Amino acid sequence: MSTNNFVHKQHAHCESGVTANLLTHHGLPISEPLAFGIGAGLFFAHIPFVKVSGTPGTTFRTWPGAIFKRVAERLEVKVHTEKFSNPQKANAALDMALEAGKPVGMLSSVFYLPYLPEAFRFHFNAHNLIAYGKENGLYNISDPILEDVATIDPEDLAKARFAKGTPEPKGFMYYINDIPKSVDFNKAIKAGIKQTCFFMLSPPLPWFGNKAIGLLAKKIKGYPTKLTPRKASLYLGNIIRMQEEIGTGGAGFRYLYAAFLQEASEMMKRDDLAQFSTELTKIGDDWRNFAYYAARQMKNRSGDIVSYDELSDLLNVCGTKEKDLFQRMQKIKW
Amino acid sequence: MDVNEVPQDPKNFKGAENLKKLMYATDKDGKYTGVVSSGWEAENAATKQAWDDVDENLAKTEAQVRAGELSPIAYYMEKNLMELSLLAKYVGKWQWQVKRHFKPSVFNNMDATLLQKYADVFNITTEELKSFGK
Repeated sequence: MSTNNFVHKQHAHCESGVTANLLTHHGLPISEPLAFGIGAGLFFAHIPFVKVSGTPGTTFRTWPGAIFKRVAERLEVKVHTEKFSNPQKANAALDMALEAGKPVGMLSSVFYLPYLPEAFRFHFNAHNLIAYGKENGLYNISDPILEDVATIDPEDLAKARFAKGTPEPKGFMYYINDIPKSVDFNKAIKAGIKQTCFFMLSPPLPWFGNKAIGLLAKKIKGYPTKLTPRKASLYLGNIIRMQEEIGTGGAGFRYLYAAFLQEASEMMKRDDLAQFSTELTKIGDDWRNFAYYAARQMKNRSGDIVSYDELSDLLNVCGTKEKDLFQRMQKIKW
Repeated sequence: MDVNEVPQDPKNFKGAENLKKLMYATDKDGKYTGVVSSGWEAENAATKQAWDDVDENLAKTEAQVRAGELSPIAYYMEKNLMELSLLAKYVGKWQWQVKRHFKPSVFNNMDATLLQKYADVFNITTEELKSFGK
């Protein structure tokens, strides 16, 4: 069985990529940046006391599942979502949906996806992929971070869907039931931008949104005195990986969001959004600059206080510029 | 970032060279487009470092298992990139119980069912698990 004419397209990020591919398949063509922006995917958080594989948790994006859910709500697309108590039920439900001709989105752990190179297979449980058919006992997989489609054994897929840890996917799957006759993209874009501004600027806690960039900058300043050179290197390396390794489109989703603002400016015929896009691209370059010097510091491991101070300053530049940008964007008269 | 500036530095380890990812960059008119990238020096170094750290720790643990200080469970936990908390969830035990299973004396007397459970989580046979480091 196979869903007819499913077209795989490579994207930068798994969740916005799956969202774009599913909607496009169902006759609502949408780019990845548009899905990412409407789903308010951009975010920042640094939570020093939550350790992920021994390093403080840092993220450049919103929580898993939010992008697909928000895009569906904002475009009034009817979706089906389901979690399962065991792999047998999960695979059976997947087979039924595929029989019905529906490509199915799923949450999975990259550690249990044999088609990915080993280098990327850590215990990251919030990876999104699509199954679009089953042939000769293998599922046909469209993984948006890959150039081409792949296949997976049902047993491996079950392991990936029932990985333990944080978060636990519990076999979570989702598919589209119905697309509305007409879609108000402008309204959805506006809601997405408003939400991103809100999440960047409003959290009263220091670990979330724009404030957290300053917090991370402050923490980095303390690395040479508070951590062993080895730990400091690992912490820096983790920030770089979250920002640049697979799935962000570069500069921790800043380029992806700038691409969204550009597309939105064309759709809504608004020059101000184009201006914000250009600005965010430059801020993205600042983030890349930070990562470049962070990598140098990481490799050198000298624990040189001056360099850590400089890194901290580079990060503060990103935070300050972004704060100003989002504050102005929040005041847009729609 | 300009389309011409999208780095193409291949990551040549653990199969990473087989995955080219999509980046967003601007063309000469400032218009965003997707560009496929082999990797970036800065990011490659960070990925490599994370793996070097895993390998270093693994070598240390292997030596401890061979010296009879730790059970093979400690080794395979690290080999599967797990922490105590995650392994405990997979085998359905408390963390202190798993920690106890790191003791060779406790491991040597482990019942077959539990041994099988660990072997399944590590995706190996009980024989492989028992004989490691011997």
